[in-house]
Amino acid sequence: MASAELFSVRLTVNGVVHDIEVPSRRLLSDCLRHDLRLTGTHVGCEHGVCGACTVLVDGVAVRSCLLLAVSADGALITTVEGLTRQDGTLSPVQQAFADCHGLQCGFCTPGFLTAITAALEQNPVPTEEQAREIIGGNLCRCTGYQNIVKAVLRAAELRAAEVSAAEVSAGDQAGTA
Amino acid sequence: MKPPPFGYSRPETVEEAVSVLAGRDPDGKVLAGGQSLLPLLNMRLATPGHLVDINRLSELSHVRVADGHVVIGALARHAEVLADQDVARAQPLIGQALALVAHQVIRNRGTTVGSIVHADPSGEMTAVLALLGGSVLLVSTSGERIVHAHEFFLGPLESDVRPDELATQVHIPVLPARAGTAFAEVSRRHGDYAVCGVAVRAELDDADAVSRATAAYLSVAGTPLVLDLSDAGGDPAAAGRLARDRVSPGGDIHATAGYRKHLAGVLTERALADAIAAAKERSVG
Repeated sequence: MASAELFSVRLTVNGVVHDIEVPSRRLLSDCLRHDLRLTGTHVGCEHGVCGACTVLVDGVAVRSCLLLAVSADGALITTVEGLTRQDGTLSPVQQAFADCHGLQCGFCTPGFLTAITAALEQNPVPTEEQAREIIGGNLCRCTGYQNIVKAVLRAAELRAAEVSAAEVSAGDQAGTA
Repeated sequence: MKPPPFGYSRPETVEEAVSVLAGRDPDGKVLAGGQSLLPLLNMRLATPGHLVDINRLSELSHVRVADGHVVIGALARHAEVLADQDVARAQPLIGQALALVAHQVIRNRGTTVGSIVHADPSGEMTAVLALLGGSVLLVSTSGERIVHAHEFFLGPLESDVRPDELATQVHIPVLPARAGTAFAEVSRRHGDYAVCGVAVRAELDDADAVSRATAAYLSVAGTPLVLDLSDAGGDPAAAGRLARDRVSPGGDIHATAGYRKHLAGVLTERALADAIAAAKERSVG
């Protein structure tokens, strides 16, 4: 029977290679949570409306509940767990959410963090209107969004400071070399 | 909220894909971006026996302008088409419509051709194809055929794609010099399905008067409704009245039939004014 058939899938999640076998109907969201035990990705509506399950696939933000794990074979995936730095410090977007009180219960937060992280790569200095557009596909039932909009703008500032600090240090290294 | 079981293949070429579809007829279903199909599977509204995943067919990722047409391949994502500057210059209506298709994250994965084949009467790109008289190229093991927009949409969520066929690309005519377009819609929340929407195309004569005005409506009928509004003589308010009298939408939990008629009139007026302004700007530029 077709449903019993398993497919070999290689996923590189947050830099770690996983070789797993999944049935064709396994959603990427369930694959991350159940097969790989990465429960930071949350599952809300399971039909693409709420955005809680948003992850980055090859650097692009997508709904993991609307993607089959088998379709993602070979992909590089970043989940919310992968946003935090190796030394445990928060990424600019995560830090901005903490600074601006961009969450209350936190259920929707992983989806916001991943979607905003990808959007700032494309548009590092969003206007407030663009910040609202960026989070337009994610639902939050606690905050009323105002602090999340602030967090997007704050994340852009933190990110810019980080990028310019990295450039200065790269310049210093080039100078000493 | 999990998909039912199904068989799965992931072909590497169009030839292989259509041969799998032929072998699975009528049980096969093409999976491209999956932003409409996966919700249908998750909610168990669709139970195809076999999915043919075309995400490896990189030969279908093309977006180009050639021979008076914008050509969009079956694997081109909405976001890629929207970002294409050549497309924006050649046929501005495509970008005007795509900016209203769901949200960025959905547009990252969803495909423009998939959305047309899905034939949702609330779909923006179905209205664009219908208004501009585009066509869809369908491939099967028995050959190719081209279906024009006016014959392509058969009913709600039903297009003229046979179970053994793969839609490989769509062709959308470019906009002539003295013409302009606009898209207007009303939805409950930004990015939601439109309660009512309209795509408008206006053409000017040498004296800058409107010689032809056409409009395509979403969410007012089972298939995209195309109206010729040339009788309004380029007067947006008159065109709005004409549209309101000529649409006969249904009512549902989102809007009454009367409200949809009202919206068709108001949105036509606004979009035609914008399309005329765009046409004048284009004919100067």
